[in-house]
Amino acid sequence: MISRGERLANYAVLALFAVIAVYPVLLILQTALSNDQIGGGGSFHVENFADAWDQGHFGSYLRTSVVVAILVVGLSTLFSVLAGYAFGTMRFRGSEVLFYVILLGIMVPAEALVIALYFDLRELGLTNTLVAIVMPQVAQSTAFGTFWMRAYFRGSSREVVEAARIDGAGHWTTLWRILVPMGRPALTTMIVLVFMWTWNEFLIPLIMATDESLRTAPLGLAFFQGQYTSGTALLAAGATLVALPVIVLYLFLQRHFIRGMVEGAVK
Amino acid sequence: MALAAPGRRPGEPRRVAYLYILPALLVFGLFVLVPLARTAQFSLYEWNGLGASTWAGLSNYRDLFTEPQLRGAFVHALVLVVFYAVVPVLLGLLLAAAMSRAVLRGMGFFRVVLFLPQVIPMVVVAIAWRQIYEPNGPLNDLLRFVGLDSLARPWLGDYTWALPSVGIVGTWVGTGLCLVLFLAGMSRIPRELYEAARLDGAGPLREFRAITLPSLRGELAVALTLTVIAALKTFDLVYVMTSGGPGTETTVPSYQVYNNAFLLGRVGIATALAVVLTLVVFVATVLINRVGERGQR
Repeated sequence: MISRGERLANYAVLALFAVIAVYPVLLILQTALSNDQIGGGGSFHVENFADAWDQGHFGSYLRTSVVVAILVVGLSTLFSVLAGYAFGTMRFRGSEVLFYVILLGIMVPAEALVIALYFDLRELGLTNTLVAIVMPQVAQSTAFGTFWMRAYFRGSSREVVEAARIDGAGHWTTLWRILVPMGRPALTTMIVLVFMWTWNEFLIPLIMATDESLRTAPLGLAFFQGQYTSGTALLAAGATLVALPVIVLYLFLQRHFIRGMVEGAVK
Repeated sequence: MALAAPGRRPGEPRRVAYLYILPALLVFGLFVLVPLARTAQFSLYEWNGLGASTWAGLSNYRDLFTEPQLRGAFVHALVLVVFYAVVPVLLGLLLAAAMSRAVLRGMGFFRVVLFLPQVIPMVVVAIAWRQIYEPNGPLNDLLRFVGLDSLARPWLGDYTWALPSVGIVGTWVGTGLCLVLFLAGMSRIPRELYEAARLDGAGPLREFRAITLPSLRGELAVALTLTVIAALKTFDLVYVMTSGGPGTETTVPSYQVYNNAFLLGRVGIATALAVVLTLVVFVATVLINRVGERGQR
């Protein structure tokens, strides 16, 4: 057993690091609620959020981000489940080679794709469209998702699948009626991770979106920051709005976040 | 469904598998493989992004090593690896080792809080830390409060301190992750091992080297993979906090990729840089995981 003093010291260290971890977040929140105007009173200026939403255009940025996130998460989840099912439960020619190519794709940084992609899409007149922002992210998330879902399907119970087969279920029915419902935890983890990556993505929308109407939330925030000095209430309110969806989701599904980032460390 | 082939078990040969993987392969091919190949192709030409391009062979790659500003970006990335990966891992190990003997309650709460920096958008992190580093920001206030006025400075505008200041943000992001990982790993080490070692007369240092460190190989590999890659791919943080400045003191490879392609009109250089960065990321990932796996056997 350890002494009381040692236990207390441990808690002190943990508490110190916890404070350091949340301090920047609290600083932003405090600035967001503060008053920029000279002579204004009160201490909680919730109206800053409304101003950021309208005047700062964060309402529009967040809407774009929601659309992008729904498309990326939806498409990459569908493609990953289908591909992961095949790689995890079926044997076919070239499956190993194809899987390793996809696995390598997980490691490719976006920097190696977006420059060439930008100029090629420009030829096709596709830059500054949702396609240009969404599809590269769908591709990268599908690579990760295929890897992730393959692991789940490989580990799924053979007996259940065989029981379904005896009942006359084909591979399509087996997938959607049995394996997908059973794989909710694995699916949730994947969806949560892809959502976070998509929501936080900066480089791809920075390069692909030139119109203000297509700016995602982090992009809009960066441009807003460039126009104003830091430490202003409106900027902090905008930053809070941008971070809020991920943080709320994290607080509810933290186990999925932590498990996913640790087990999916290849990305 | 018509494609169903009754009587066959999973794991058996199946043609229909190709249909299942088709959408993934299509999107992967079009938006990863083709752009990757095109990036490699672009890197062999000199092109400003608009007019005609001229064949340049490997001269863009040579420039990466000879142009001080491009070489500097890689040096800065190495410095960031120290701040993003080495410091958090060492700090995490030290703290976790110090705490390994205790069974602490409330770890769930600490885990959530310590892991938080990992999920916040980097742009938001950058804005928060810019404010901390302001000439009249909280950091300088703190220094003046404790009487260290001479240390107070505009951190991000300082030629010597700008890069370490960016690096510290990486340390902030990575330390919680490492601590959470290592504490979880240590809680899985059987207590009896430590008791046996103590009976053999092993001190804390021997204990750490003989038991703790080998048991944590897997966690170390995960922590290093995540933090080293984050360091090598730093972009958002530099873009928002410093734009590579002051001068070129905080440029990093990703930033130079963007800068050369879209601001300087040197697409060949940008893509050559992207190719090298990709190779560095590959090699780092493989090396780290090799070391991690060897320990688990």
